Amino acid sequence: MMMTLNAIFVLVILINLFVLGAGRMKALIHAAALQGILLGLLPPLVLREAQFVPLFMALMTVVLKGVVIPNMLLKALRDAHVKREVEPIIGFMPCILLGAAATGAALVLAGRITPSASPLGLLVIPTSISMLFTGFLLLTTRVKALTQTIGFLLLENGIFVFGLLLLGAIPSLVELGVLLDLFVGIFVISIIMHHINREFASLDTRRLSSLKG
Amino acid sequence: MYIALIILCPLAAALAALLPSNRRRPWLLPPVAIAHLGLVLAILAGYGGGARGGWLEIDPPGRVVLLLVSVLFLLCSFYLAGYLCSRADHANRVFCSCFLLFLGAMTLVICTDNLGLMWVAMEATTLSSAPLIYFNRTPQSIEATWKYLLICSVGIALALLGSFFVAYSAVSRGMTPSLKIIDLLRQAPRLNKVWLQAGFVLLLVGYGTKMGLAPMHSWLPDAHGESPAPVSAMFSGALISSAFLMVVRSEHILYAAGDGAYASRLLIFLGLLSMLFAAIFMIGQKDLKRMLAYSSVEHMGILALGLGIGGIALLGAMLHVINNGLTKGSLFLSVGNIDRAYGGKTIPQVHGAMRRLPLSGTVFMLGFLAITGSPPFGPFISEFMILNGAFAAGHFLIGAAFLFLLLVIFLGMGRTVLAAVLGRAPVAAARNNYRDGLLSGLPALGALLMVLLLGLYLPPPLRDLLHQASRYLGAKP
Repeated sequence: MMMTLNAIFVLVILINLFVLGAGRMKALIHAAALQGILLGLLPPLVLREAQFVPLFMALMTVVLKGVVIPNMLLKALRDAHVKREVEPIIGFMPCILLGAAATGAALVLAGRITPSASPLGLLVIPTSISMLFTGFLLLTTRVKALTQTIGFLLLENGIFVFGLLLLGAIPSLVELGVLLDLFVGIFVISIIMHHINREFASLDTRRLSSLKG
Repeated sequence: MYIALIILCPLAAALAALLPSNRRRPWLLPPVAIAHLGLVLAILAGYGGGARGGWLEIDPPGRVVLLLVSVLFLLCSFYLAGYLCSRADHANRVFCSCFLLFLGAMTLVICTDNLGLMWVAMEATTLSSAPLIYFNRTPQSIEATWKYLLICSVGIALALLGSFFVAYSAVSRGMTPSLKIIDLLRQAPRLNKVWLQAGFVLLLVGYGTKMGLAPMHSWLPDAHGESPAPVSAMFSGALISSAFLMVVRSEHILYAAGDGAYASRLLIFLGLLSMLFAAIFMIGQKDLKRMLAYSSVEHMGILALGLGIGGIALLGAMLHVINNGLTKGSLFLSVGNIDRAYGGKTIPQVHGAMRRLPLSGTVFMLGFLAITGSPPFGPFISEFMILNGAFAAGHFLIGAAFLFLLLVIFLGMGRTVLAAVLGRAPVAAARNNYRDGLLSGLPALGALLMVLLLGLYLPPPLRDLLHQASRYLGAKP
């Protein structure tokens, strides 16, 4: 069981590095969707028993993060006719290196910050930190609104991974609320992106700079 | 009662979405506001009902904020009814529904005892209020909406991580983790300090973003500046006050864990930094609404400062939540009227507002005096209490910096406000036929009168409420 968990964590970290280097928007969205599906599989694996509520939550996570949200983003992509992210403020290669360095540092520190008796293995907190860092890099170095949205999605995923440590302590109502907020959030964001695109004929956030002082 | 209070707003929002008439829909808001205030008063008077499964529970500081939110919404609802009817060409179905959902989400933030549910509700306030900023459909308002949505969502995401850290600090000591504040307060002395402190920093950064503390305030002037006046009034009076409530609750857990000094240092630093940022941007500010927005940054800084100092300053901060909220409401509503009369909100354009709009211009002028802490208005009393607390606790340098920044802000703000209200109105503005009406003028005047009353006489029930809050938070009265 631990093997499967660790394999998923490693896959998720690899997706982070892929996302940092990807320039094509479609590839980014598909990577985020795959990550969402992998994350949805984690809670039932950790709990190891088939109860109705956790299984339902896992299903909701997979459907929302793996299918519904990526489809909303793909629709936004089609509307805006964006194919690629422009060369970011910090280039693709330096971004991958930064992400790899942060992940490495988190792995080195993992032994110190995770209690040894954790049933989840040592990779939970490093994976979470790696995703948070990736999310922040996307949010700060990319200029297209759509890429920033994916950064936000990865940030939420990182928090979701940390939440695995508290599985059982977080009431299902709260878990459901967090998912619902994410779904409505991406929904509202894609509406606003639609308006940005109509008004500015682009999803480039550098054009959103008239308000100052 | 609690259940009714929580359900009221979503029901009303659904009703607003179903009503077909653009002209009658806004009139749904005042009855909902009256019902909301009625329920809040009943709960504050102790008719709340018994055990509620531990989800719905208001702590004493929450009671203070809940009262403010409800009163402010009542004033704004009348203003909105007039405002939306005068602009009936604009579709307001989404606006009315979102406004009610926004109120419902804020009520839930205040009325729950679970850090997780508070977070869910706080994120819901962001999502439901984003379409409100975009009501006027200008490129600037899209820009403001995008920044608000992204910065606040990311900030709030950090607060969720912080909530998880705080709960995890129990796991690493072998206790059962919980997100309920009651449990956390009970476990506090035995929680793992490292995770707890890291969690507090994330909570402070996260909810501090929503509250508008510098340097995380960058969304605030844009959103306040571009949204319709009643929305700005609710933002700066109610929304950021409930974000402050979240900071208060986070600090309380750390205080109970015996780490109050750590929290105090951070809060005092962020408080003074916010006042400094606000002062820098308010000097020479030409845009009246942005000036008021920076004033909100300043007052959130004052609240953080009061919370950080503790003791009598904490009591002052709780009073200041109400004073600031009502004064900001009055100022934003009157600036909204000025904006409508002049067709703009920047200085060379706005001139002689007291002649052009006798009621709104005067309320704006008096509101400026109130918000900068002039007697006999309420903020004078609460800011004096915070200053008093700073000196009583031996923080002489902090007290001096506080006074100096208040003075700079008074001068900076005064220059802009006097240029706007004094003199003769330009000819172009005189030709515009907008006049002060009952629905647009009275809410602003009402809020100002309440602030004046609070400066002269503190009603005993409110005094009890404030004392309960500061006792609950551990300050000696």
